Amino acid sequence: MSRALFLIFFLGLVWILLSGHYTPLLLAFGAVSCLIVWFLSHKMDLVDHEGHPLHLQPIKLFMYWSWLCAEVVKSNFDVALRIIKPSLPIRPRVFTVRTTQRTELGQVIYANSITLTPGTVSIDLRGHEIEVHALAEDPANSLLTGDMDRRITAVERPQPEDPKAGQR
Amino acid sequence: MNVVIDIVSAVCLIGGSAFVVIGGIGLIRMPDFFTRLHAAGVCETLGAWLVLLGLLLQAGWSMVSVKLIMIFLMLAITGPTATHALAKSALHGGVKPKHLDDN
Repeated sequence: MSRALFLIFFLGLVWILLSGHYTPLLLAFGAVSCLIVWFLSHKMDLVDHEGHPLHLQPIKLFMYWSWLCAEVVKSNFDVALRIIKPSLPIRPRVFTVRTTQRTELGQVIYANSITLTPGTVSIDLRGHEIEVHALAEDPANSLLTGDMDRRITAVERPQPEDPKAGQR
Repeated sequence: MNVVIDIVSAVCLIGGSAFVVIGGIGLIRMPDFFTRLHAAGVCETLGAWLVLLGLLLQAGWSMVSVKLIMIFLMLAITGPTATHALAKSALHGGVKPKHLDDN
């Protein structure tokens, strides 16, 4: 039930922010659209734990995002320098990192963070291992310290219930 | 004050464009498919972010800035997902990453 309310609340928020018109007619259209979207996603069984990550800690998630932004900026400068240097100092390599996240969503955040950081791209995900393609040694080493992995695991709630059990 | 905001926003816009150009150069210079993904990553992260930040400063507090922030969130989630989808399908389609370790 809380997931349904969350979905309708966010759909309504997006409608209001995108439309910018506050006449009763348009707001009513918005409400009807939100209800239709909720009904359809309910029918398609989309209103589940993945779409509404209530098992993440919002404040820690924001702290993680700011840390990630700083990392992305740093590695952007690194990769940009490598591109414009005439000698093109790249040494591509493929390696695997282990993930310690308890949920699939945590793994997705980890794999996406790896890809978002220029210099490393996650190319495959098997069980608890992510296969990573790195542009050079430095980006690979900064990933292999496991710092990012620990930070994402900390974003997840300490005592997660079984994600399957959380469905309504 | 307006002048300061204009200057900062101009610096962001020019910086962002520079990163997009560098990413484009990298796209041409890189030797194989997977290394090109890294170059494209420069365009879609800092390049796009700086351009959005510059536009955000120009827009001020308005509905336009809300939409720009939505575009930013959209890019931050769909960008890496698309890159990963490309990389994975290339890997499964038989594209072998080139190793330059031995030179």
